[in-house]
Amino acid sequence: MSLKKISKNQPDTFEFNKQNIELANKMISNYPEGKQQSAVMSLLYIAQRQNNNWIPLASMKYIAKFLSMPYIKVYEVATFYSMYNLSPVGEFFYQVCTTTPCMLRGAYKLVDVCKKKISEDENEVSKDGKVSWMEVECLGACINAPMVQINDDYYEDLDANKLEKIIDQTIRGETPKSGSYRGRINSEPENNRKTLMDIKNA
Amino acid sequence: MLEDKNRIFQNLYNDLGSDLTSAQKRGDWKDTKEIISKGREWIINEIKSSELRGRGGAGFPTGLKWSFAPKEVGSRPHYLVINADESEPGTCKDRDILRFEPHKLIEGCLISAYAVNANVCYIYIRGEYFNEGQKLQKAIDEAYSKNLIGKNASGSNWNFDIFIHYGAGAYICGEETALLESLEGKKGQPRLKPPFPALIGLYGCPTIINNVETIAVVPTILKRGSKWFSSIGKPKNRGTKIFCISGNVNNPCNVEEEMGISLKDLIEKHAGGVIGGWENLKAVIPGGSSMPMLPKDICENLKMDFDSLVEQKSGLGTAGIVVINKDQDIIKCMARIARFYKHESCGQCTPCREGSGWMWRMLERMAKGEASREEVDMLMDVTQQIEGHTICAFGEGSAWPVQGLLRHFKKEIVKRNNFNPLVNKSNKIPYLVDQHLLEKDNAEIKS
Repeated sequence: MSLKKISKNQPDTFEFNKQNIELANKMISNYPEGKQQSAVMSLLYIAQRQNNNWIPLASMKYIAKFLSMPYIKVYEVATFYSMYNLSPVGEFFYQVCTTTPCMLRGAYKLVDVCKKKISEDENEVSKDGKVSWMEVECLGACINAPMVQINDDYYEDLDANKLEKIIDQTIRGETPKSGSYRGRINSEPENNRKTLMDIKNA
Repeated sequence: MLEDKNRIFQNLYNDLGSDLTSAQKRGDWKDTKEIISKGREWIINEIKSSELRGRGGAGFPTGLKWSFAPKEVGSRPHYLVINADESEPGTCKDRDILRFEPHKLIEGCLISAYAVNANVCYIYIRGEYFNEGQKLQKAIDEAYSKNLIGKNASGSNWNFDIFIHYGAGAYICGEETALLESLEGKKGQPRLKPPFPALIGLYGCPTIINNVETIAVVPTILKRGSKWFSSIGKPKNRGTKIFCISGNVNNPCNVEEEMGISLKDLIEKHAGGVIGGWENLKAVIPGGSSMPMLPKDICENLKMDFDSLVEQKSGLGTAGIVVINKDQDIIKCMARIARFYKHESCGQCTPCREGSGWMWRMLERMAKGEASREEVDMLMDVTQQIEGHTICAFGEGSAWPVQGLLRHFKKEIVKRNNFNPLVNKSNKIPYLVDQHLLEKDNAEIKS
């Protein structure tokens, strides 16, 4: 089970902005009538996006009212799933995968880079609030290992040097290009492709 | 090696583009109406005779699963749920289907939903696959705009809607009943079975849950015929399968191959061989982290299909092959997998919640050589206390790989962990309570 630290600095109130109310109602309409509770996960995502990538307690109370469900049920969901950040994270939020397939290809070297360049403790946001990092479990891009996720994007086929450059870019406030950093195309075997060659060469 | 014309996922590496026009050029959405007009019975029988087995890990026959849904819709509607919560370490096949072959999946959804009498389909995608989900949503929107799905989908007189539901980083939601709980807006803790979801599933209604790859191959099977599909592979293990080869290989990749291909072929031909050569191979995890690892001598002649791997006390699982070479510390690799299970246990059943952490702590110490000999047997004992004592298969998934390690690499663990807790000579260990018994004077007094 994952440990969740809830931020000590909580805003007093939270409300969806006009655009997000529309989005939230659209999400609720995906589910049958009376089953609006199903939308709680999407609404937590909307709250997280609106509030600089973390979810304050006030928003859970707001969502509970929005979906007419008990607050504790929203709290349960928000603390159960690991992608809901319950305390502030950096503008660029690094998630380094270190599960065995990534570990075999040197993921812990990436962790060292993050410790050196971002912060010694994971979850500790850098002073300017720009970057923070965290070690996570399998992100499902094992053939592109080692990899990190920054906000929504995957950065694949990395090594320590390449990650340092990426971190430098984000500290300057630039968004690095996502995808493979060894120039390979998606999940094909690099320089060793033996299947579907007619299509490739067409 | 499988011929290119027999590969179902022609766009696995995105040479052709994933949009609707390109997909239609590859034959997607062709004759969909005709297939549906042949009726439910025909579709289910065709899938049954193709011998398609579920691609999500358990390998349950898909046609049989569909036939469990009630034949007539009663007072409760039926649902189709697609499991795209791909989180098994070593597996990344569904990601490429969602990114590059979304129309195969959507067409498969329509046909299978018709076969099980469902008008609504939910696709549960893991939250990390946000971009993949957006691509799928775009494909769904394209299909709606051409009326391939929606009211009177593809002119079949069947109304059909697809909705995407994002998960939020919980491995356990890949378990089908946990996935349903999550879809209902609760925390993802598995339900007791029976009742099985085919009768009482989402919102208490009959629900059929299938993996992305299973559903994505359905249209091709129906178009090319069950005979074609069942002519590939081995008896009871038919058809093609996407293998993900990761870890210590020169060219990690996804590749679609026939079932029953030899593991050596997959690694040597497609993945460019083990780093340091075949002789440098230590072990292979054949089907995602839940399946026990196999040492090199078994890997020599191993065939990759459900039944051959069960014979070796392992399993095909999701066909995520993780190659480990001799440069790696095998105990450390297993300890990291154990940490994964400790992190992902939902906490509902005590044996799994406590046992997964216990196994992790023991393995970490074993990797450092700090465990005692007795603990090696105790570790086996702990795994046996977990398997079969939990609500869902997560218990087995966490215990089996550890048993695999003990089965094949016990000697190595014992060699490293020589620590004897009985102290025979005087040591300056401050916390050793019985130290005084070792000191000569006291020993004499005692006697």
